[in-house]
Amino acid sequence: MIVRSLWNFRGFVRASVRREFRLRYAGSVLGALWQVLSPLAMIAVYTVIFSELMRARLPGIDDRFAYAIFVCCGLLPWTTFTEVLTRSQMMFIDNANLLKKASFPRSCVPAIVVASALTNFAVVYAVFLALIAASGHWPGWPVLALPVPILLLCLLGLAIGVFLGIAHVFFRDVGQVLAIALQVWFWLTPIVYPVQALPAEYQRWIGANPVTPIVAALQDVLVWQRWPDWTSLAYPGAIAALLTLLSIMAFRRQSAWIVDEL
Amino acid sequence: MTGRIALSRLGKAYRQYRAPSDRLLEWLSLGMHSRHELRWVLREIALEIQAGEAVGIVGANGAGKSTLLKLVTGTTQPTTGTVDVQGRVAALLELGIGFHPDATGRDNALIAGQLLGYQAAEIAARMGDIEAFAEIGDYMDLPLRTYSSGMQVRLAFSVATAIRPDVLIVDEALAVGDAYFQHKSFARIREFKAAGTTLLFVSHSAPVVKSICDRAVLLERGLLVRDGEPDAVLDYYNALVASRTVDHRIAESALGGIRSGDRRAAIESVEIAGENGPAAALRSGDPAVLRIQLRALERIPDLTVGFLIRDALGNDLFGTNTYHLAHRKFDVAQSQRFVCEFAIGRLALGT
Repeated sequence: MIVRSLWNFRGFVRASVRREFRLRYAGSVLGALWQVLSPLAMIAVYTVIFSELMRARLPGIDDRFAYAIFVCCGLLPWTTFTEVLTRSQMMFIDNANLLKKASFPRSCVPAIVVASALTNFAVVYAVFLALIAASGHWPGWPVLALPVPILLLCLLGLAIGVFLGIAHVFFRDVGQVLAIALQVWFWLTPIVYPVQALPAEYQRWIGANPVTPIVAALQDVLVWQRWPDWTSLAYPGAIAALLTLLSIMAFRRQSAWIVDEL
Repeated sequence: MTGRIALSRLGKAYRQYRAPSDRLLEWLSLGMHSRHELRWVLREIALEIQAGEAVGIVGANGAGKSTLLKLVTGTTQPTTGTVDVQGRVAALLELGIGFHPDATGRDNALIAGQLLGYQAAEIAARMGDIEAFAEIGDYMDLPLRTYSSGMQVRLAFSVATAIRPDVLIVDEALAVGDAYFQHKSFARIREFKAAGTTLLFVSHSAPVVKSICDRAVLLERGLLVRDGEPDAVLDYYNALVASRTVDHRIAESALGGIRSGDRRAAIESVEIAGENGPAAALRSGDPAVLRIQLRALERIPDLTVGFLIRDALGNDLFGTNTYHLAHRKFDVAQSQRFVCEFAIGRLALGT
């Protein structure tokens, strides 16, 4: 039902994402080049600071770029994850007028948020992968495994985002809570530090965070240049599936009330 | 049959909570404890509209007209009852929905069209028609923020009506735009109607409802109180409005509200009577008598009595006085009571 109505409006979703993309750089001289320049700058900063200035090394790898790759391969998807969450908590409020005055499948709203975040991410990660290849760190075939953890992260973000979006319509406290929660969550995820750097008893707790195995899978491919441990992805996969199911149920129940409250 | 609309026992209530925390408590109790009150805006609406019929919805602000349109369009879900609409619906609840100020007219037309449920190819195929109907020239390729509001209306209307829908729902949106475009858009609506489109139309303009609709319904505080010929329903509605304003005026002057003059004479009562005695409201075209009862507070040798009729907007429509009519002044003694009657041939609509 949701899938079919969304499919009928795929043109609208696609056009909305394209318009968002185009308008972001409308009026700027370099235009879409910024989409490439800003991740490039971020990656350059991390590389210079960690590889050259701090000379940070990952345990077990003697490579000056390894730590920079390690940080970027988790940080870039995390940025997308937070983008999905922060945008989806506002998505119904931001589109209040549209939801009240136009009759279209409400599922278009989260679909546009995720599609637009994934498009941005694709460009950014493509730049990142190109740099990896250029610096001689191309992982070979395991690179094909990358979409799996990334889509899992997106699904997780979408499911949580739908809950937040609904809750935010009724309780304006959600925005404040999310900002704090994302800060804490970031440091509870081994993105800037390797999980092995933690004392053993904390490693278990960090493992309960569903994002940990997802980021670890990305690091497996890009840092260790090997296939990820697929069984480790079962846990975040199950959580993402469960939350998605619950969020669809909540969305169907609440979408009528959302419009009344806006 | 496509274009048919059937509403049965339709009701809409909004939940009202005294505080946001009440809603949280209700959620946490999993529906065991209800902490909201229902505010009904529509109740027990039963309406059947056949394909090709044009129905005008009239009523005061807050009567539930827009909510009814939203329910038929499907943007809001009913609390009770059912809505059954056959065929493709195009709703103009607000012009320019889905427009973005930084995108060009062409881009906006494409997105707004897709928002109405049309495929990109369908819109693209009709882009020429849309452009031609909107008549905004080169602006089609400029960002929307450079448009005047009239130009936005032209574009929005052209997109929404680029493809003839089975049901067209219009909420007062056409009141904007210049006379030329209004005329043009009404011509298109009539064309659709002739081709079999069902029309559901909210308007505060009686002439518009009369000229386009072949049926009108009156909503009053969420209830459907009249359903029938536009003339009869609008007369009833005008009477309702009139009686409300008359009551209001009388109450106001009894409290010593609007008064002017040197207090040499006082108006004791004013009433309008139709053929069958005093009436709060008259049918348009009926003869009437305006009866003013006065009392002189002191002797007035040169009294003139007059009146002025204004329309709902406060424009002076017609006025006269006894000097003008009879070329004489009255000499009245102190404390004398007298009644002055003006016979009015017929009052036309709008007064």
